[in-house]
Amino acid sequence: MLKIENLHASVEDKAILRGINLEVKPGEVHAIMGPNGSGKSTLSSVIAGKEEYEVTDGTIVFNEEDINELAAEERAHKGVFLSFQYPVEIPGVSVTNFIKTAINENRKAKGLEDMPAKDMLKLIREKAELLEIDRKFLSRSLNEGFSGGEKKRNEIFQMAMLEPKLAILDETDSGLDIDALRIVANGVNKLKSKDNAVIVITHYQRLLDHIVPDFVHVLYNGKIVKSGGKELAHELEEKGYDWIKEEVDA
Amino acid sequence: MDLKEKLLSSYLVFENKLDIDSPINDIRNEAIKTFEEKGFPSKKEEAWKYTSLNKVLKEDYSIFPKQENAIDYKDVKKYFIHDIDTYKIVFIDGKYSSHLSETTHDGIDVCLMSAALTKPKYQLIIENYYNKVATKDSLTSLNTAFANEGAYIHIPKNKIVDKPIQIINFSTGNESATMLQPRNLIVVDENSHVQIIERHQSLTENAVLTNSVTEIFTNKRAIVDFYKIQNDNEKATLIDNTYVNQKRESIASVHTFSFGGKLIRNNLNYYQNGERIDSILKGVTILSDKQHVDHNTLVHHIEPNCESHQDYKGIFGDSSTGIFNGKIIVNKEAQKTNAFQSNNNILVSDKATINSKPQLEIFADDVKCSHGCTIGQLDESAMFYMRSRGIPEKEAKALLMYAFSNNVLSSVKIPEIKQRITKIIANKLGVNIGFDL
Ligand SMILES: Nc1ncnc2c1ncn2[C@@H]1O[C@H](COP(=O)(O)OP(=O)(O)OP(=O)(O)O)[C@@H](O)[C@H]1O
Ligand SMILES: [Mg+2]
Repeated sequence: MLKIENLHASVEDKAILRGINLEVKPGEVHAIMGPNGSGKSTLSSVIAGKEEYEVTDGTIVFNEEDINELAAEERAHKGVFLSFQYPVEIPGVSVTNFIKTAINENRKAKGLEDMPAKDMLKLIREKAELLEIDRKFLSRSLNEGFSGGEKKRNEIFQMAMLEPKLAILDETDSGLDIDALRIVANGVNKLKSKDNAVIVITHYQRLLDHIVPDFVHVLYNGKIVKSGGKELAHELEEKGYDWIKEEVDA
Repeated sequence: MDLKEKLLSSYLVFENKLDIDSPINDIRNEAIKTFEEKGFPSKKEEAWKYTSLNKVLKEDYSIFPKQENAIDYKDVKKYFIHDIDTYKIVFIDGKYSSHLSETTHDGIDVCLMSAALTKPKYQLIIENYYNKVATKDSLTSLNTAFANEGAYIHIPKNKIVDKPIQIINFSTGNESATMLQPRNLIVVDENSHVQIIERHQSLTENAVLTNSVTEIFTNKRAIVDFYKIQNDNEKATLIDNTYVNQKRESIASVHTFSFGGKLIRNNLNYYQNGERIDSILKGVTILSDKQHVDHNTLVHHIEPNCESHQDYKGIFGDSSTGIFNGKIIVNKEAQKTNAFQSNNNILVSDKATINSKPQLEIFADDVKCSHGCTIGQLDESAMFYMRSRGIPEKEAKALLMYAFSNNVLSSVKIPEIKQRITKIIANKLGVNIGFDL
């Protein structure tokens, strides 16, 4: 589904990603861990198509298509979804209107008519219930004044609405209380199927208890320096990153 | 012959046709003298520093329409708010169009200035109100000198007018360049409430210069909501001089939506003559190409315990220019005044410019005045966020711009106007999204 080879990316001539290789197949869950500043969010943004980052080398292939030159919205239309580490506040645009617009723009890109209002409402209600989101919440301005946890839950609500093929969850667990973590993880698991894939970026094992990864990768200094199964996450939780840094720097 | 000379000599012709006994002839004569002395404003004047009329004044305008021009309702329906019932006062090239209009004398007067200026029935109101709040600046004086047609609206006390009133000025472009000087008078008596929509629309690409004067009087506890829709074509220039004189406890709001035209100058002046008055001035300006819109506001707080709220949002693309010059005067006696002013702007192009200038003259010591002006760009991270959810760049921009204006739009009380404005914005931004925020 996703095949990244030798990906180099920089911002303002500063190299941040330095040769990433990653392959994600349908049905898989990959976890990416790594110290602060190692490039995890940058990698997510580059996959999602943020223009600020310049890809200086390598390829990103999504479903057999090189998506490197595509605009962010075109990648979204092909099924890429990024749950932001820091969701952006958009005053004046309600959650409902935003998601309606997003859904209909995705449909438009596929040559479909707007979703009938009745179906839209039903879908919104269904997904809001799945994530235990209060209906009143949906009429508020997008992310404006939302608590950290509310923002993250809202990201997964949008994911549930858009049903992407590849979802990248950038620290979706941070800011969530224990109950919210369970609800959000449940939501993600309900959406999982053999045809879609998830990349989970996290610092903690606790999310991976709920969303169990098939592979765990460690990103350090813009490179994936170690990969393993789910037990690698436990090892990191116990030992921290020093041993990996030593291995790499040696 | 330049336009000033042409106007002065036209006045002689015009004067000859007037009824010499009319009480407003003295007003006219005085006004033409004022205009003769002052001439058209130039960039040397502080208030006109950023707006030059030079180019506009070079056209050879016809001052009086030569013939009556009829237009079919179906051709111009789109310029009306047509999905609700309204009174309509419609002019074509400055002449009243009875077949497009729907006036009334049933308990209220919604009719013509030409009638009000000549018929004895209206004499008292004319004596008490006509030209009483309009100032003697040169353009207003020019209008006063030539004024003979426009909307006349008088709402006697304790009346909630059952439907909005539309004032629409069409120009047909049958002459290569036309000058229009509509003159409106709106008097709303005690406890009454009226909603008014005003629009100037040219129907061809021929040049039009409109120099309009509107006087609004809100008596005790009256409420007036006025909506100006400015979305004319690229050869149309509008100078809108609006004066609002408020008595105690009245509420007057003017919303100005400026999306089109070559050059627009809005001179909006409020005078608070009484206590516990609320004055509301709001605007959304969205410009492209070489459009130029200059908002010049004045709120004069004369008596204590009053409020004023100004909120102007502007979005400037291409090589457009926006000016906001907001003056607030608080007299020594006007204690406990609350005066708010905010002007927020977004520049979507490097070549667009905005000049924003608050002017506060405060002579009272116990007042709350706040003013703020911001100039920014569209939020890049918000753009990426929206695009990453599949909303294309153009639509994402439009949504952000709409959201930015939404504060102003949300105070529009007539849903159909809000819908219309929304549609105009969507058209202007070239998107097809609903914005039902
Ligand atoms: N737009 C930018 N301009 C300058 N530097 C940037 C920019 N974006 C990222 N960086 C830098 O790139 C490095 C990687 O940042 P990134 O946000 O990808 O890290 P991360 O692995 O997600 O960290 P965290 O765990 O703290 O979220 C950091 O040093 C960061 O300061
Ligand atoms: Mg990060």
